[in-house]
Amino acid sequence: MGTHSDGVRRGTADFMTARIPSFTDFLTSYAPDLLPGSAELGPDPSEAIKGLRHATTIVAAECEGGVVLAGDRRATMGNVIAQRDVEKIHRSDEFSAMGFAGTGSLGLEFARLFQVELEHYEKMEGRTLSLEGKANRLANMVRGNIGGAMQGLVVIPLFAGYDEDAGTGRIFSYDVVGGPYEEHRYASIGSGSVYAKSSLKKLFRDGMSSEDVVLAVVQALYDAADDDSATGGPDLTRQIFPVVSTITADGFHRLPDSETAEIAQQVVSGRLGAPDGPSAPLS
Amino acid sequence: MTMPFGYVSPEQAMRDKADYARKGVARGRSCVTLQYEGGILMVAPNASSALHKISELYDRIAFAAVGRYNEYENLRKAGVTYADVTGYQFDRADVTARGIANWYAQNLGEIFTASLKPFEVEIVVAEVGATPDSDQIYRITFDGSVSDEPGFVAFGGEADEVAEVLKERFSDGMSLSEALGAALEALAAQGNGQSAPELTADKLEVAVLDRARAHRTFRRLRGARLAELLAEARPEAEKEDSGEDSSGDSGSSGDSGSSKSSGSGAKSSSSGSKSASGKGKASGKSSGSDDDPPTGPPAPSGDGIPKK
Repeated sequence: MGTHSDGVRRGTADFMTARIPSFTDFLTSYAPDLLPGSAELGPDPSEAIKGLRHATTIVAAECEGGVVLAGDRRATMGNVIAQRDVEKIHRSDEFSAMGFAGTGSLGLEFARLFQVELEHYEKMEGRTLSLEGKANRLANMVRGNIGGAMQGLVVIPLFAGYDEDAGTGRIFSYDVVGGPYEEHRYASIGSGSVYAKSSLKKLFRDGMSSEDVVLAVVQALYDAADDDSATGGPDLTRQIFPVVSTITADGFHRLPDSETAEIAQQVVSGRLGAPDGPSAPLS
Repeated sequence: MTMPFGYVSPEQAMRDKADYARKGVARGRSCVTLQYEGGILMVAPNASSALHKISELYDRIAFAAVGRYNEYENLRKAGVTYADVTGYQFDRADVTARGIANWYAQNLGEIFTASLKPFEVEIVVAEVGATPDSDQIYRITFDGSVSDEPGFVAFGGEADEVAEVLKERFSDGMSLSEALGAALEALAAQGNGQSAPELTADKLEVAVLDRARAHRTFRRLRGARLAELLAEARPEAEKEDSGEDSSGDSGSSGDSGSSKSSGSGAKSSSSGSKSASGKGKASGKSSGSDDDPPTGPPAPSGDGIPKK
């Protein structure tokens, strides 16, 4: 029996009723105010939205036996850099992770809720959701925020996971109405995504090892930061580097900062000689 | 509550309910939960590999139950939901076994007094801490009584018999295989001398809360890993088994024919692992000298659980 913030004392029945094992569905009936994006927005929130933190570029690319998901570290507030070390890549469960672009606070809440959602299902049912099941669940959550999105509180996830049945990595993207759209080879979201995608287009090869893909996505993030003011590049002075994670048969693994530091250092030193980065053959 | 003709005193009504619940619980076989050096071990006799008696509640908290399946399964799911809501609302670190145990106690107490039929269950909520001192084990009965059980707990129909053996065998800082050996010996003490089938890997449900793991510490032990641990836990019995499967089986079933033999059978197998049981008893006597290093069968390195 819990006493919830609205002061209503809840009965056991709320917890013991047989129901679909979705945490979000449970919260919707039990404590809807705990869901992200549930607060009432004023008639014109656009002024307030300028004061919110926005997260930017996320990239994902398939690699041999898995997928790499990475993001820059910058959050902006209008033309101000609001934060230099944001974590936009979040482990969702053992074999999947999401990154987000858009309203930072909502993104963080989505990441947290989605993590509980997957784990809740797993504990209730004694099995993990299929990768499609997870992707669909996330689509549902994104769609739940459509009201906020229409008023400017946009947040878009990029979902990547290891498909245990197929033995490969898979990537799913979304728009504000949901999705999921399955992406092949590589994908990117956020303000720098155009540049990151163009960069990956030239660098990505099918069947690259995870080490090579990690290098390619760091290059892509560098290119995004090079041309998009809202995307942060590797910050050598403050030792802040992109968050890079791999998801393979061994599960989710966030590369330690020492490793990303090395890769970023390699990319930056390469750019000292060739500011535009590695070039692809003309034909 | 609807009454038949005539007056039934509240005392009598409560007694009847308690008897009813107790009988229901007694139908199931007892389970044990105990500390080992690397965390908390839970062992339950369970022939089903799908309908669990032991489950994960949260990152560092597990649930074990005996009694009526649909009732404790309902409680388990409610507990998972309660834990997930609490952890989502506040922080993952704010979900504690104490909180969940109290929540269960409140609910079971309410069900016991307010509803016609009490729940025929007995549950244990255990939390693995950063150090053995901060481990917590709570036992909650059908009427909502909670007890804090340091070190180990036996629960279910013949909890007293099981607990007695466990008390003898339990010592602080046991390795996983020693703890499993103690648990199996304790579980063999039940059955009231009736046929107690040998607890083989496929008739056991075993899980641990592994102190060393990050995030979610709950792990089930099964298959080859469990068989290997069982072999370590009772080397003698396994030797017989591997020598000739049928003879090992018939030996144990022959044992269980007479009234005290299931106990004596267990004892003989444990006397094979002299170092383990000897150590258990010695430290049991010294009551509290828990700093002796365990001298039982060699522990697998670390917790012995394969890590992904």
